[in-house]
Amino acid sequence: MQYDQSVLTSTERRVFALRTLYSRAGYRSYRMRKFEDYDLYSRNKDFLLSDRVITFTDTNGKLKALKPDVTLSIVRNYKDRPDELVKLFYDENVYRVSERTNSFREIMQMGLECIGAADNEAAAEVIRLAEQSLAIVAEEHDYVLRISDIDVLTFIVEDMTDSKATRSELLKLAGEKNIHEIERLCGQSDIPAGKCRTLTALLGLYGEPEQVMSQLREICRGTAAEDEVSELQDVLDHIFCEGSDAGREGRIILDFSIIGDTSYYNGMAFEGYIDGIPECVLVGGRYDRLMRRMKKKSRAIGFAVYLDTLGLLGRTAGDQAIESFFSR
Amino acid sequence: MGTMINVALPKGRLGEKVYKMFEAAGYGCPDIFEGRKLIFESKDACVRYFWVKPSDVPIYVERGAADIGACGKDILLEYDPNVYELKDLGIGKCRMVVAAPKGFSDDSEYPLRVATKFVNIAQDYYASVGRDIDIIKLNGSIEIAPILGLSDVIVDIVETGTTLKENNLVVYEEIMDISARLIANRSGYNFKSAAVSELLGRLQEAQ
Repeated sequence: MQYDQSVLTSTERRVFALRTLYSRAGYRSYRMRKFEDYDLYSRNKDFLLSDRVITFTDTNGKLKALKPDVTLSIVRNYKDRPDELVKLFYDENVYRVSERTNSFREIMQMGLECIGAADNEAAAEVIRLAEQSLAIVAEEHDYVLRISDIDVLTFIVEDMTDSKATRSELLKLAGEKNIHEIERLCGQSDIPAGKCRTLTALLGLYGEPEQVMSQLREICRGTAAEDEVSELQDVLDHIFCEGSDAGREGRIILDFSIIGDTSYYNGMAFEGYIDGIPECVLVGGRYDRLMRRMKKKSRAIGFAVYLDTLGLLGRTAGDQAIESFFSR
Repeated sequence: MGTMINVALPKGRLGEKVYKMFEAAGYGCPDIFEGRKLIFESKDACVRYFWVKPSDVPIYVERGAADIGACGKDILLEYDPNVYELKDLGIGKCRMVVAAPKGFSDDSEYPLRVATKFVNIAQDYYASVGRDIDIIKLNGSIEIAPILGLSDVIVDIVETGTTLKENNLVVYEEIMDISARLIANRSGYNFKSAAVSELLGRLQEAQ
């Protein structure tokens, strides 16, 4: 029987294209067939975007949760084999509290996880797939994949002060690109001006890797982040290896204002944006520290695409809407 | 034509001051103060302005209807929008304070009754000092709440202190300094970063 692709909805078409992309790259489909114990999520609340989870009591009296996340489940069910590479992708609905409506929502999420011997070469493949995923879901729209190494930012902030509260405030401000408040906080906290300048210079970096890396090396020279910069360079060398068409037309950007909970995440972190969608449509990164928390030696990196946000394409406010107002 | 930047400005005195800053930096838009229109465009300066209610500025920016916007730090702290905060514009300076009737003394036996428009700021402040409070959300004329016995103190913005004085109130504690900030949408920033950086640079030069 011949299949007529025109019967697919735009979401189904995108899911079909992403499944094809991931399968061709050697990823196996993963299905969450059961409800997880609530305990899994309650012990890793900070890993979840929201700490509120829909729970219910199973027939045997155990407290279960309606999946708020897929990664935690994959990690829990993964048999630790640090020398092998396991490549999985999923297409699931998850249930989370929306920040905007403050009520539970069903969120369509597709993503992949690369676990085990997930070295820099594997990380580069994941990042290339993230960019290709954006190209697929953005269709004719422009898109950007912003990448960072969250340890670079974290090490620089940790070197500024011993106060946990000040570190956490500095990281929050870094995530807002809020240079003026960082300078004010450094002044109030007696942080040396040179260390403050290192952080603000880091946050001022924004551009294609080949334009930004030499400045990054200069900024981080002699700091605790120096080794991490070499690690980042190694991943970038793999991403932009000979024959790779990654990051064409400035679509891969380095930006060190990406933050993440460092008790779970480390190293590479990235976010995908599509022109016309006001929020992030793809989030990913390395989470070796989550693996350690779950008593596993393997390394891991992955990402998720939020398919729901794509419904905003063509419907959002902004340039298009305003141009039609002025052309009346 | 270069990249157009969409700017949400808060209606009122603050918005007019912010516009003057933009105009001095080369982002003028003729007729912006004329008539009752709310949207203005200057193709030459590559800019569009929308006049919106001050507390709505972060919503327009967070949801991408505007690329950037200007609003008070009080509004950002109260609504905590998911946006970039790119610049302290250094205008609209005032203070967020706890004000109380003259001679007021806090009795820690009871929860402190706090009337305010800024529920989150007040709650965060009293949580940081470990004081139990009973919050009373009001939308205006906050200063009369202690006079009528509705609250013990108020948390509000003070610019000159005249309104407080006229209502027999004094500043009891300072919470923070406030000024206008330039905010940007997190997604739009990636597609208009060069234009936004240029705007920031020109604002800096014009200051």
